[in-house]
Amino acid sequence: MSKKKDTFINMVLSLFVITIISGFSLGYVNELTVGPIEKGKIERKVNALKLVLPTFDNNPIEDVQLIKSSLVKDSVEVFPAYENNKFVGAAIIGSTEKGFSGLIKLIVGFSPEGMIKNIVVLEQKETPGLGTKMKDEKFLAQFREKNPSVFNLKVTKDGGEVDALTGATITSRAFGEAVQMAYDEFMKNNGLLIELKN
Amino acid sequence: MAEKVNQTQNFLKGIIKENPVFVMLLGMCPTLGVTSSAFNGLGMGIATMFVLLMSNIVVSLVKSQIPSKVRIPAFIIIIASFVTIVEMVLEAFIPFLYEQLGIFIPLIVVNCLILGRAEAFASKNNILASILDALGMGLGFVVALTILGATREILGSGSIFEFKFVSEDANTFILFILPPGAFIALAYLTVLFNKISIKTT
Repeated sequence: MSKKKDTFINMVLSLFVITIISGFSLGYVNELTVGPIEKGKIERKVNALKLVLPTFDNNPIEDVQLIKSSLVKDSVEVFPAYENNKFVGAAIIGSTEKGFSGLIKLIVGFSPEGMIKNIVVLEQKETPGLGTKMKDEKFLAQFREKNPSVFNLKVTKDGGEVDALTGATITSRAFGEAVQMAYDEFMKNNGLLIELKN
Repeated sequence: MAEKVNQTQNFLKGIIKENPVFVMLLGMCPTLGVTSSAFNGLGMGIATMFVLLMSNIVVSLVKSQIPSKVRIPAFIIIIASFVTIVEMVLEAFIPFLYEQLGIFIPLIVVNCLILGRAEAFASKNNILASILDALGMGLGFVVALTILGATREILGSGSIFEFKFVSEDANTFILFILPPGAFIALAYLTVLFNKISIKTT
């Protein structure tokens, strides 16, 4: 086969064919992967809920409350946990756009009094090896069993009580902000969640 | 016989004589960006190698059908398609690696190593030679990224492949995890690599 000549029709045709083929193959792969991706996301959420909530006997995913908030574009997802029809805590998805590379999404578990049980990072795009260290035990441990009403969630540089990650102050700041947002939403809706089961 | 020697040469050149990172200095964006740990370097290298292999195969198959004036956009579409496929597959089946590599996967599209090989090699050679070229170049890239990642991880966080060998709060050269460390480490490794490879050949 000799090389195709540079005529207008040849150029249009070859690009057209290539884009069509790549479009269809991408559609096909998307079809294959969209299921597992969704499933993985839900699975991560369930696992995260188990990590951040105390023992519960309801299904928080089904009892999810979507609460409109002025702080974020979408509504905030709140997962209440009950044991023997008693409110034992809630997990709230906190998010911020102020991470080093945009969105940081984390799930924070609170006891009924507003104490942080545990935090799990759901989504982030931080620098590998630096900002991603916010998922490490060492960083997360300082938040556990703390009540944000007395524990200032800002980094020490800004007058708070959080030890920032080395080389990732922006990430640490955003992390604190997302937790603070989750806490604010929790306190606002605390009463509602207790009433729900009665 | 000569043909066979030629093909072996073709495969090996990517690893040492024309190593994409240390000799040709191609694909610097992912090289400097993701190599903050040995595992990240390895993962990025393998993802790039896969895209390189697939794009070299396809480009060498369709080379005679593409008019030369539109060859660059055609190559870019082919490469971008494979990168998107890699991204979707990683997110679906290896979410752990996907999270680690994050924004650097879409950036494989603009890795000039891949376009460079498509343009300089695959569009002029047959499919077997193109596959060998892609494998050699890809392997060279993987090795280079892993070495660079390992160097930075050892110096910067005192660990290798996540295995820590200093205590948790020991002082390490955090500079090497940060972007400037990538340039410094790459420069010294390039000097070292070239010194050794010139001596041996």
